[in-house]
Amino acid sequence: MAEIAIKVENLYKQYKLGMVNTGTISHDLNRWWHKVRGKEDPYQKVTVTNDRTQKSTHDYVWALNDINFDVNVGEVLGIIGKNGAGKSTLLKILSKVTGPTKGNIKINGRIASLLEVGTGFHPELSGLENIYLNGAILGMTKKEISRKLDEIVSFSGVDKYIDTPVKRYSSGMYVRLAFAVAAHLEPEILIIDEVLAVGDAEFQKKCLGKMKDVAQQGRTVLFVSHNMVAVQQLCTKGLFLKNGGLAYFGDIDKTLPHYFDYDNASAKSDIANLEEKARSNGIAKIIKKAWIENLNNQRVSRVLMGEGFKICFEFEADFVMENALFGFALENLHGMRVTTINNMITSNTSVKEIKNGVAICEFTSPNLLAGEYFVTLGIVSDPNQWIDYVEHAFTIKVEPADIYKTGKLLESGHGVVFMKANVYIK
Amino acid sequence: MEITNKQENWTEIITPKKGLFDINFKEIWHYRDLIMLFVRRDFVSTYKQTILGPIWFFVQPLLTSLIFIIIFTRIAHLSTEGLPPLLFYLAGITLWNYFSDCFTKTSNVFVANANIFGKVYFPRLSNPLAIIISNLIKFAIQLLLLIIILLYYIFDGKIVFALNPILFLIPFLIFLMAILGLGLGIIFSSLTTKYRDLTFLLQFGIQLLMYATPVIYPLSSATGKLKTVLSLNPLTPIIELFRKIILGQEIVDFSGLAYCSIFTVITLFIGIIVFNQVEKSFMDTV
Repeated sequence: MAEIAIKVENLYKQYKLGMVNTGTISHDLNRWWHKVRGKEDPYQKVTVTNDRTQKSTHDYVWALNDINFDVNVGEVLGIIGKNGAGKSTLLKILSKVTGPTKGNIKINGRIASLLEVGTGFHPELSGLENIYLNGAILGMTKKEISRKLDEIVSFSGVDKYIDTPVKRYSSGMYVRLAFAVAAHLEPEILIIDEVLAVGDAEFQKKCLGKMKDVAQQGRTVLFVSHNMVAVQQLCTKGLFLKNGGLAYFGDIDKTLPHYFDYDNASAKSDIANLEEKARSNGIAKIIKKAWIENLNNQRVSRVLMGEGFKICFEFEADFVMENALFGFALENLHGMRVTTINNMITSNTSVKEIKNGVAICEFTSPNLLAGEYFVTLGIVSDPNQWIDYVEHAFTIKVEPADIYKTGKLLESGHGVVFMKANVYIK
Repeated sequence: MEITNKQENWTEIITPKKGLFDINFKEIWHYRDLIMLFVRRDFVSTYKQTILGPIWFFVQPLLTSLIFIIIFTRIAHLSTEGLPPLLFYLAGITLWNYFSDCFTKTSNVFVANANIFGKVYFPRLSNPLAIIISNLIKFAIQLLLLIIILLYYIFDGKIVFALNPILFLIPFLIFLMAILGLGLGIIFSSLTTKYRDLTFLLQFGIQLLMYATPVIYPLSSATGKLKTVLSLNPLTPIIELFRKIILGQEIVDFSGLAYCSIFTVITLFIGIIVFNQVEKSFMDTV
């Protein structure tokens, strides 16, 4: 049995909604009065889940609701969930910035958190002085920092400006220096929140590499990000939070589908009803339904890798569209566009006049790797006007298949598409 | 069985509430470098981009003393117990400033550092401690000024100064002043996280408190009920004693010092209890 680095038990966190100062005294007094009489806290009774789509009638909300999980030493845990699911709250409690309302966390090892790089930088101080200050805030001793100073300075790439006050730094330099300090922490447990969102591509790559190193040194890492590619690459385990509750906890490859399923829950049935779906573009909601058929015109919910399929959608307008184009696009779950197609591209024609019908896109031999794909649908008519545009209308599930007849399956980590190929030596 | 035993061996357990006196001194010690770096930051950043730099530390008490001389000695004719007014005011102001700086700056600690406190954990007490220390440096510099002026008066023969073992009481008085400022400061800082009203109270409260403390007048000039009320102010014995010791006056009363010491210890205890309770959850209310 592996050693446990973090054990979270029945963790709850409550927040007060609305203005903090209104009624604070009366609530405090009421709370105290209940405590004196040995009764339960009157404001902790109601269990209100943190669903932001509904306006709550209660004053208090549970940002975290009964969270339980263990992280073993050396695991890299990705914490995922939509905005407001409780990810940051969880990290804040783990890094002791704020305390839990109920429950506890047991930790084995020194913890350091990077909730935001550059915390505590003082604009008037020089780069060098800030390295020391920031390092100390993050928990290093002066001796440790001095030992790693050269490494930190060269990693940041701001050697030349190290004696200049950081208020004269460009924002990029500032972030580089800040991350350089943070990257040279050597805690047993490292907590990281979205640091990759800053810096240019080269620097992001450097950061990602550094984090991989940390993970490979057998240290425990907790990583929060909306970048699913980074999560998948770095993490071994996944924790999926939904409205403050724990929705799934397990291997990262099993956690991600749960997240995407939830992300796209409305588009799971065989026929996706799109009349109610929110549009990001277009003038009328005329795309009504969409579904997948195999090449034998049977409706299916999933297709096999390499097997042909058709994407169909029904549309109905109360006006006549001229020179209409019907577009289809596929994106993988990381948001990368795999292909875009329309009738102008395939047949160099548009539909002269049309009000309603069914648009079909037939992929005779698709090269999609196994996995899920978003389908985006759209109609354009003259004069170059989006009539309707449904982004991520529904998803297609592509099942793995033995394309090369060798028994070896391709995985999502192998790329975006597969190609029929031979590998040989000449 | 062995595994379960091993797993009970946690470095740390995060729980909702802490014990009243649950202060992790070991942890504060581990962060001592941070405290010193905070001190350095406060000190260096205050006088960056100024020409005079730390000389400003001299200017402020000197000018204040001069104004006091004009108003309270020349116009209002307040007594200074026969001492040179400059020394009298300077001694009072120097020590009073130390207290008021410790108090006001500590009382603002949660609100002013909310952005750092919201991102990383370190023992929150390291911030007030750094404030006490960095102001101590400032105080030491101002004390130097006081000593220089004192020496001038001694050589001039206006003051008779004798090396007296009672001089050893001075560090203790300064320590009391620091602890009292810290204690009151952290009580206020803990309360202001929820109730900002206290900030306004403090802003003019500290000015009024100066007049309720014998900084610009000697305690001996008050009589009757007024003297009793002034004696209830725990700062009174500190300022009085400090001035008397430095200016070589006779010391009559030590009971005030005992009262002040007890008051300070109690304040510090209450401060630590309140601070400890607020430390964990203040991010949600600040």
